[in-house]
Amino acid sequence: MILARVVGTVVSTRKEPKIEGIKYLLLEKINPKTVEGTGDYVVAMDSVGANVGEIVFYAAGSSARMTHVTEGRPADATITAIVDAIEINSKYVYHKEMAEK
Amino acid sequence: MIFGKVTGTVVTTRKSDTTEGTKYLLIRLCNQREKLKNSFVVALDLVGAGPGEMVIIAQGSSSRQTSRTFEKPIDAVIVGIVDLVEEKGKVVYRK
Repeated sequence: MILARVVGTVVSTRKEPKIEGIKYLLLEKINPKTVEGTGDYVVAMDSVGANVGEIVFYAAGSSARMTHVTEGRPADATITAIVDAIEINSKYVYHKEMAEK
Repeated sequence: MIFGKVTGTVVTTRKSDTTEGTKYLLIRLCNQREKLKNSFVVALDLVGAGPGEMVIIAQGSSSRQTSRTFEKPIDAVIVGIVDLVEEKGKVVYRK
């Protein structure tokens, strides 16, 4: 799984019938040490109800189809968790409550 | 499988139907000689790896071929802790 920040939503009206009613989010991958974006983006389906600004990680490839939301659908990237905290060398480099203040 | 070094942990409460009682570790990828790359991945820990340890990571659909990750939305798991790497007859890494 890869860490990323939700930076926006993607809206599509003309699309494959199997992906009706699914929310797409625009993610920017982050460097975990600085928690800053790397300039590398990916569109992912959301299975956890993530919001813009949150740090998440996503599963890619066939594993993206293993959630209730994406089962049997043409997904190759799915947000599978909202990150509360990232700890490196016993220090929090990111903590959701601190980031929201 | 690829090599990586355990760099930290990732804490989550709101997550998809993933496995209970296991933790996600932040892994920085490295080569067989422990030379770090500037690339990170979050992997589910199946073996109890600790900070600083060099581990083997299985990626993609293969990471779902364990009893704990079967049919779960997981694309990277730690499958082993590396004790020793031997390359061309020489030990290039020892824990």
